[in-house]
Amino acid sequence: MIQERYINAPVIAGFLLLAIWAHLADEPFTITLATRAVLLALAAVGLNIALGIGGLVSLGHAVFFGLGGYAMGILAYHAQSFSPLELGSLTIVGTKSMPIIWLTAILVSALTALLIGLISLRTTGVYFIMITLAFGQMFFFFSISWSTYGGEDGLSIWVRNDFPGLNTLVPIQFFGICFLSLCLALILHSRLRASPFGLALNAARQVPQRVETVGLNPMRLKLLAFVISGAVTGLAGALFADLNRFVSPTMFSWQLSGELIVLIIIGGVGRLMGPVIGAALFVTLEHVLGDMTDFWHVWLGVILLLIVLFARGGVIGLLTGKAGPHV
Amino acid sequence: MSNVVLETRGLQKSFGALKATDDVSLRLKTGEIHAIIGPNGAGKSTLIGQISGGLRPDAGSVHFAGRDVTGLSTAARAAAGLARTFQISALAMEDTVLENALLGALGQSAQPWRFWAPAAKNKDLHLRAMAALERVGLAEAADQITANLSHGQRRQLEVAVALTLEPKAFVMDEPMAGLGAEGSKTMTGFLDELRSEAPILLVEHDMDAVFALADRISVLVYGRVVATGTVDEIRASREVKEAYLGDGA
Amino acid sequence: MSAILIIEQILNGLQFGIMLFLMAAGLTLIFGVMGLINLAHGSLYMIGAFAAAATAGATGSFLLALVAALAAAAIVGAIVEIVVIRRLYCAAHLDQVLATFALILIFSEGTRWIFGSFPLFLDVPSYLSGPVSLPGGIQYSLYRLALIVIGLLVALGLWWLTARTRLGIQIRAGENDREMIAALGVDISKLYTLVFALGAALAGLAGALVGAIQSVQVGMGEPVLILAFVVIVIGGIGSIKGAFIGSLLVGLTDTLGGIFLPELFKLYMEPGAASQTGSALASMAVYILMSIVLVWRPTGLFGARA
Repeated sequence: MIQERYINAPVIAGFLLLAIWAHLADEPFTITLATRAVLLALAAVGLNIALGIGGLVSLGHAVFFGLGGYAMGILAYHAQSFSPLELGSLTIVGTKSMPIIWLTAILVSALTALLIGLISLRTTGVYFIMITLAFGQMFFFFSISWSTYGGEDGLSIWVRNDFPGLNTLVPIQFFGICFLSLCLALILHSRLRASPFGLALNAARQVPQRVETVGLNPMRLKLLAFVISGAVTGLAGALFADLNRFVSPTMFSWQLSGELIVLIIIGGVGRLMGPVIGAALFVTLEHVLGDMTDFWHVWLGVILLLIVLFARGGVIGLLTGKAGPHV
Repeated sequence: MSNVVLETRGLQKSFGALKATDDVSLRLKTGEIHAIIGPNGAGKSTLIGQISGGLRPDAGSVHFAGRDVTGLSTAARAAAGLARTFQISALAMEDTVLENALLGALGQSAQPWRFWAPAAKNKDLHLRAMAALERVGLAEAADQITANLSHGQRRQLEVAVALTLEPKAFVMDEPMAGLGAEGSKTMTGFLDELRSEAPILLVEHDMDAVFALADRISVLVYGRVVATGTVDEIRASREVKEAYLGDGA
Repeated sequence: MSAILIIEQILNGLQFGIMLFLMAAGLTLIFGVMGLINLAHGSLYMIGAFAAAATAGATGSFLLALVAALAAAAIVGAIVEIVVIRRLYCAAHLDQVLATFALILIFSEGTRWIFGSFPLFLDVPSYLSGPVSLPGGIQYSLYRLALIVIGLLVALGLWWLTARTRLGIQIRAGENDREMIAALGVDISKLYTLVFALGAALAGLAGALVGAIQSVQVGMGEPVLILAFVVIVIGGIGSIKGAFIGSLLVGLTDTLGGIFLPELFKLYMEPGAASQTGSALASMAVYILMSIVLVWRPTGLFGARA
């Protein structure tokens, strides 16, 4: 049985080393794959804050992923086409600056999370699951019908956005940005969990009536967690769209929402590195199995079923031999 | 009356055709333990729910520390100093004993929204939590996972969390539940001393504890208070005997 | 914007809603009785459609196709219940979500493996095709009218089942207190398998019926599933009455919203932008309705009050 912290360091170091090796060995495709995994991990770390600590089974986190992606897409589109966005009397000039795009993505996602949370957190668990799923679908259909930004075909951004001081088109440099973001998100998760807020949120998941009787409001705790969670996933979406230089309605899809939860469960729900391990395994499986057969999702389904029934703690649960948070 | 800490006035609560609380007026005064007893189905849980805040009465009011709290949430009443313990321990099982106590301390502090600095390093919270744990005798078990505690220890922790609120009144739902003779004795002794810090509204089935602790007893039957009095008065009361044993007893 | 068009759209909305009811009724029944949230319901819808299309293709009989849809969905449902679902009744919602999501993956890709990626076709039978004349000079699709009738018959049947039969009593009792009916000697596992298979059959029937007017393809079930969730949230989990009213509300809102919102915007904007904004907003109408209901009644119109 290995202690969790001895698993954490190698995993994160592994990503970094893989990318550095790929850079030195001139394998840009591997760097792209690693970046993809890092960004899925980032999105899932966001979800894990709400799910793993707060017990919020959000089946619609793709909403924030897509919002982040479209924030990037819309701003970059108006910049690359040199046409500002007119919203009544408000004129929004496009931008290709990553920091501004990220800020926008984070704010939009956080605000949306606040609204969705206010509506859905007054209800019990199952309603929340269905409602978040429904909102994901709402954004999905909305983005399909909004043809200004490509509708169903999506929106291509010709050149990757700018980050001061870096050449973002170089794979390893963009990887570095994404990797750093992931590390910051992991630190956020870790500090959050250990903080008074994390203590209260974690208790709200297990025994909400107790949290009330000590004078705290579980709903407000969960709402804040949901907002933070949405913001992190939104950032991941903006970066992901930048990676592919493409944003489309599929970023809002229920399949993606499902995949984010699947990632977390594979790694270990509520565990710090759960999303990271899950993303690494998922992208690897996707790449390896996907090469072998077009129908690799069947195998993913079987693996997932086996994990849920027999290895509920995920990879970290198996390695540490200890159960994680019961979500 | 200035020494009334907690009071209900004419509480009514029905679930469909079932009248669970029927015109209940109770008072809890400083320094006393007021016990509520009654046969099963008398409506004790419903009553507690309306006092501590989870249930909205159909009519009547609840007053605490001089304020009408009928419209206040459970959390608001707890923040005002009303501590409640549960019949089935409501503890975060995955967390340690200390963490559960910290949760209680957190509720009273201005700090639940701090999300960067570790809770464990927070001196104020720590002090408060450990003080409560020491009083119930769980200080040594502070780092144990709550799920691994014995039933008796969990009941103690349940009381400890209530203590961290430094409350103005306790509402305790069967604190003796599941405790053996030894545990009951300890708990009884503990509650005996506690009354001078804050009065206790004690819902209990364990008659030995009730007769040992109560300054006053109210008997609840089918949602109505059929008698209120001292231990001797209640013991001698015919209505109470009838209520428990049926007519013709 | 003639009255005829409006009535036609109302009928479309009703037809859409009634088919949605077949999905939602099964889902809400399964949740009400077994406490299980079932994401694989959309797969059962798809399986019904594929079974129907394959059977119709082989035999040419629409009736046989419907029977096949019911049978296939019910059998697959029963097998899935016995092999997988059973283990999930006492599990956390997250587990139920993940396991049934896994089933979606298996069924979707499995179906694609067997049938390929191209849609299958299921034709409306000749005796139900073509328009029928309704009072008021309205010509409406006979098939869609038939769907409305079939749906209403199913609703009636479900009402009769839950209100008038022994099984119905067991179901209603099970919704209230699962442990109690087990203690009373009801064979819980058989009851649960039956309820699950019933829900599955309804989904399969819906898939087959709708498959004739849309296409039969992998992934057809999930959008319907999610809309059925919206219906249940609006109607209240566990309430078939809520599912019925919710379905009609959702069906009408979606259909009428799609027609009227662009028209509404045309009053304020030029036609191009109006269509755009109108149809974009129409795609959100159902979810906005859901949000409004939730703000007013967090557990749905007929759900258990907190």
